[in-house]
Amino acid sequence: MDHKHVGSLHAADPAMALENARDVYTRRNEGVSIWVVESKYIHASDPGEADSLFDPASDKIYRHPTFYNLPPEVKNI
Amino acid sequence: MDTHLYTYLLHLGDNALILGHRNSEWCGHAPILEQDIALTNISLDLIGQARLFYQYAAESTGATEDRLAYLRDVFEFRNCLLVEQPNGDWAHTILRQFFFSAYQMELYQSLQHHRDEHLQAIAAKSLKEVRYHLRWSGEWVVRLGDGTKESRARMGLALEDLWMYTGEFFKPATYEPALALEEPWRFQVHAVFKEAGLEIPSAPAFQSGGKMGIHSEHLGYVLADLQFLQRAYPGSSW
Repeated sequence: MDHKHVGSLHAADPAMALENARDVYTRRNEGVSIWVVESKYIHASDPGEADSLFDPASDKIYRHPTFYNLPPEVKNI
Repeated sequence: MDTHLYTYLLHLGDNALILGHRNSEWCGHAPILEQDIALTNISLDLIGQARLFYQYAAESTGATEDRLAYLRDVFEFRNCLLVEQPNGDWAHTILRQFFFSAYQMELYQSLQHHRDEHLQAIAAKSLKEVRYHLRWSGEWVVRLGDGTKESRARMGLALEDLWMYTGEFFKPATYEPALALEEPWRFQVHAVFKEAGLEIPSAPAFQSGGKMGIHSEHLGYVLADLQFLQRAYPGSSW
């Protein structure tokens, strides 16, 4: 199931974190499942390095399957 | 609708409305934002339940749910004394919610088999909400009871203040079906108390009267807040 980051919160333990997440972030039917991760266990990329990390991929359109013309015989792709 | 069922619906609605109102008094004041939202969510659940009971009761008399909530006076309310007790500190609010949710859990489970189908349906719908209230408040009882020296002391005081009101749940009023809920309720409470390092008091839980309209002095103040607008500006809506 696809999980997305929706926000952060305060909690004293994992059980409270799950309940707080339920109460704060799912009041308007936004979700049917929750993961919580203690922030100290999250390692994130440095936004200052975004250029060198992610820009090089932007001119390599041949990495997308849609770049290639498929022969009409190939089905179910 | 027979008068017993009608009064019973008011009793069920009043319990939910008054506790919902009490919890709503925390809105903007709870210790942290997350718990502020948690408690107001519970308020809204309870007020929603109250509406279902009032709507059903009102159907049979041509009254409206608003009239039942806003235009009855203290002696016409049939809620248990526990739910009108003041919020006190966090421990009092939590323990009040825990005692009541544990009771509502057993009650609604049992009302799923009531002879009245409409009441069955309300109970079944509300049970999901109550299950969460019980889980939330139960975990807080454990955290406070088994937390710091101060939280434990506060939980002890809350227990001393509130225990006496719990017996009323199990003394059926004339309009109530006799349901054997006390034993499963004590079982629930005991399980959480054990984890929290608390003990069920041996003192008798003797206070009662709310179910028959004999209330503590607190309910008048609750209603003064709750009903002010409709009393001052009859029929106003937004």
